[in-house]
Amino acid sequence: MNIIEQSTIAAVSTPLGMGGISVIRISGKDAVSVADKVFVSVSGKKLADMKGYTAAYGKIYDDGELLDEAVATVFIAPNSYTGENVVELSCHGGMYITSQVLRTVLDHGAVTAEPGEFTKRAFLNGKIDLTESEAVMDIISAKGRAAARSAIGIKEGRLRHEIDDVKASLIDSAAHLSAWADYPEEDIPEVSADTLNENITVALQKLDSLLKGYDIGKSVKEGIDTLIIGKPNVGKSTLMNFLSGSEKSIVTDIPGTTRDIIEETVVLGNAVLRLSDTAGLRETDNPIEKIGVDRAKKRIESCGLVLAVFDASRTLDDDDKSMLNLIGDVPSVAVINKSDLCIVLDVDHVKSKVSEAVYISAVTGDGIDELIAVVERITGAAEFDENTAVLSTERQRECTMRAKNALEEALNALHSGLTLDAVTVSIEEAIQALLELTGERVGEVVVHSVFSKFCVGK
Amino acid sequence: MSYFAGKYDVAVIGAGHAGIEAALASARLGCRTIVFTINMDAVGNCPCNPSIGGTAKGHLVREIDALGGEMGKTADECLLQMRMLNRGKGPAVHSLRAQIDRRKYSETMKHKLELQENLELHQAEITEIEELDDHWKVTTRMGAEYDVKAVIIATGTYLGGRIYIGEVSYESGPDGIFPATFLGNSLKKLGLSLRRFKTGTPARVLKSSIDFSDLEEQSGDEPVIPFSYETEEQLENKVVCHISWTNENTKKIILDNINRSPLYSGMIHGVGPRYCPSLEDKIVRFSDKERHQLFIEPCGENTEEMYLQGMSSSLPEEVQIQFYHSIKGLENAIVMRPAYAIEYDCVDPLQMDNTLEFIEHKGLYGAGQFNGSSGYEEAAAQGLVAGINAALKIKGEDPMILDRAGSYIGTLIDDLVTKGANDPYRIMTSRSEYRLILRQDNADERLTPIGRRIGLISDKRYEKYLKKQEFKAKELDRIKHTVISPSEEINNILVSRETSPIITGVKLVDLLKRPQLSYEVLKPIDKDRPELDANIFEQIEVEVKYEGYIKKQLAQVEQMRRMESKSLPIDLDYKTIAGLRLEAQEKLNKVHPSNLGQAARISGVSPADISVLVIWLSR
Repeated sequence: MNIIEQSTIAAVSTPLGMGGISVIRISGKDAVSVADKVFVSVSGKKLADMKGYTAAYGKIYDDGELLDEAVATVFIAPNSYTGENVVELSCHGGMYITSQVLRTVLDHGAVTAEPGEFTKRAFLNGKIDLTESEAVMDIISAKGRAAARSAIGIKEGRLRHEIDDVKASLIDSAAHLSAWADYPEEDIPEVSADTLNENITVALQKLDSLLKGYDIGKSVKEGIDTLIIGKPNVGKSTLMNFLSGSEKSIVTDIPGTTRDIIEETVVLGNAVLRLSDTAGLRETDNPIEKIGVDRAKKRIESCGLVLAVFDASRTLDDDDKSMLNLIGDVPSVAVINKSDLCIVLDVDHVKSKVSEAVYISAVTGDGIDELIAVVERITGAAEFDENTAVLSTERQRECTMRAKNALEEALNALHSGLTLDAVTVSIEEAIQALLELTGERVGEVVVHSVFSKFCVGK
Repeated sequence: MSYFAGKYDVAVIGAGHAGIEAALASARLGCRTIVFTINMDAVGNCPCNPSIGGTAKGHLVREIDALGGEMGKTADECLLQMRMLNRGKGPAVHSLRAQIDRRKYSETMKHKLELQENLELHQAEITEIEELDDHWKVTTRMGAEYDVKAVIIATGTYLGGRIYIGEVSYESGPDGIFPATFLGNSLKKLGLSLRRFKTGTPARVLKSSIDFSDLEEQSGDEPVIPFSYETEEQLENKVVCHISWTNENTKKIILDNINRSPLYSGMIHGVGPRYCPSLEDKIVRFSDKERHQLFIEPCGENTEEMYLQGMSSSLPEEVQIQFYHSIKGLENAIVMRPAYAIEYDCVDPLQMDNTLEFIEHKGLYGAGQFNGSSGYEEAAAQGLVAGINAALKIKGEDPMILDRAGSYIGTLIDDLVTKGANDPYRIMTSRSEYRLILRQDNADERLTPIGRRIGLISDKRYEKYLKKQEFKAKELDRIKHTVISPSEEINNILVSRETSPIITGVKLVDLLKRPQLSYEVLKPIDKDRPELDANIFEQIEVEVKYEGYIKKQLAQVEQMRRMESKSLPIDLDYKTIAGLRLEAQEKLNKVHPSNLGQAARISGVSPADISVLVIWLSR
């Protein structure tokens, strides 16, 4: 084992958005324990108790919230691609889900892999022949250049401005703290805890809104994980086919024949929806169908938007009510179908459980415009401005997150009455994370700023 | 005209703060050492402020002492006043600063050199150093030639020194002592690239001509905490300092005469320190600042000369007198020595490795202002490292490399040899990423074992150190196992400190963790507390309170040290490594980092470049 690489790294190792399955690869000495924090196997067996070259079927959770089903394959060092402990999580492949899973893995102790880092580790651990080393260096430097180019991409633009603003105010604070500590005999103004508290709080708010924007921006660009649910035979497959303009969903008059989750991307005004049709939600004894129903229930908890389809010509039965109860806090639209027939559905009850309700005829196309407007509104797509600052990669998000955590630590230290040297250390950590984000050299920014802003002398 | 004068192991050129530590370390490690000073009365001179320490500088002095250097001990012996700076700002930035008796300091240091076994002190100007096959030849102006195995250059502001006072300028070292005028050419012949730096000092004025009646007084801290772990007697403060301020009139006088400053007329080309500009610099650069503070500090017990800290200038003497007289308390001040700026030759420290040896010239070392730093403490720290490493090399032992995570000395040297210095370099706490570990209170814990291994720590001192560590461990254990039960007494204390009272028994260590509490505050309820050295309580309190931060920094240290443990060949030509970007190749060839960690700190070297190096290394 080489001595340099002690961190556990993770990245999506299949091209994003391509193919039906995405693989998130985690490599490093803590790979298995990181994976165990996010993956729960159906058998209840911990990945740590598994042998190399074995796989488990299970679910991926982000702090209790179900994200996806996955197969986890465990490789134990040195028998893996990198020669380290490796866990590969194969999930369903949608870009949205995949990046959610990666994010969870990163939030639980892994760090983003550097360009070419898996290959590098493979080489360092003797998994790649020595004669290939030149090629490996080429790959890494090419990937490094590509990463540098993408970092240059954010040199201009709103994100850079936002980050620079936050950074500049933090550097100001750090420089003041530093001048105040390093030049106690100069008449440097006292650093007031209140001002510091305010600066950090403002910076935190900005980072927070960037992080929130990341989700909206990502949704807009990559699609919102949208689930169409409903009782069998209320025409949701028809709705989906209507929206997607294809016959991908199986449509029949026999209730309960749509068993698999089928994905399709549909552009609805400003919103991009990654639609999944599920098995009709109905208590059933048919074992094949039961799998589909359970899956749908779980899927509701992890999706970004629910389109709940109802038949306007039928009264609500127990199945409908239990389905409505499943929705909970997930943004949801009740799509009340067959509006050309007379309405007997208890619409008020439906509206009490969902965010919005829209009448629609999947046959004539009526109500589609209203649906678009509602979807845009509740997903935030309506307000989304292409020109606002958006974090666009998982790496940017990770850096922002690190800065945010450091600032929270700084505030904690400040509030608990710890001395300002401890606060300074946390502020500098945040500055460092933001410098990394913008691809700048972590240099002596604070020291430079002390000399340019404060009059210190002999 | 020349004669062979003898063979030595190490020649030290210069007997300022760098030269002294270098020479003493080398001699104490058993190397025959010869030290050259241009003027025997300039050994250990303090040509600028009569003080040692200050933020981060005080850390350096503690570290020098912990390794077995001399600066801290001598400062204690010559103490006039001691203060612990930054109390209340946090343990990372606590720093000792001493006013010292300048003349006594110089005499004491000279005497120590004279008494040191294996060491010879000579008054001579070195005019040439020559690199021969396996040794160096050092020649004095009188033609004396010495064969030595290693040369340590510690020429301070003497090398090519030139003084500026207004329109007057002349070749000179500090304090009117003559400069080293020949050595520069010899160094250029060797292929070293030299450049000009500049620094300055304020005037000294006659004490009896100052009106102290309306000036704020600044006294030392009681009881005095010494720099050195070896100082056992209780030191006393002997003097007070005073504070005054410049005003609108001072500003006007300076601005009216700004064109007479050599800095602004273009006479001085050297790069001055950003952090200690002359008063005219401060007034021009920070023009909206109404007034500037100055400290009036005594230069010694047996002199009436007073140093005006903050009032450095290179304006003409008559302008200086005029603006000094505009300051409250100095209305009738008699200027004994005028302020001046001094320009001098120094090297680009990128040419050295972390032992302060020149990469291209084995056996040649540099230290202090010659390396582009500024300050007595920075100089002494480098001198100590250069002296130790020259001696270790001659003895065939492994070098002593101090890293960033272990000391400010290591941080200072790493900054110099990795990032270079574009203006005179001053140490600051903000230069260290491991501030909460590198505290002045734990310098002994960090460095005394290293000093012991090298051979600069005596048996007696080491035993004392081990005893202290033992007491510290015991006390730590005690507070972890002592449970304080709720009582009116304890809860009264807690409430008066605005922290929540206890309902059940609480461990002493957990009480100490509360920011509002301290050993001092808890004294009345801590009945079984042993009598221990104050430093032990201080260290424990910090370690307990900042445990989370310290743990985090230690994890970062571990990561960094792993990178540092991967050595890079010092003579590697990075142009031959194809995967590196051009900029990285150039930067790496300039710095020649000794390990991967250092390479990663070079500006212009990216993480991808480091990956390429990692792979190159493992081929």
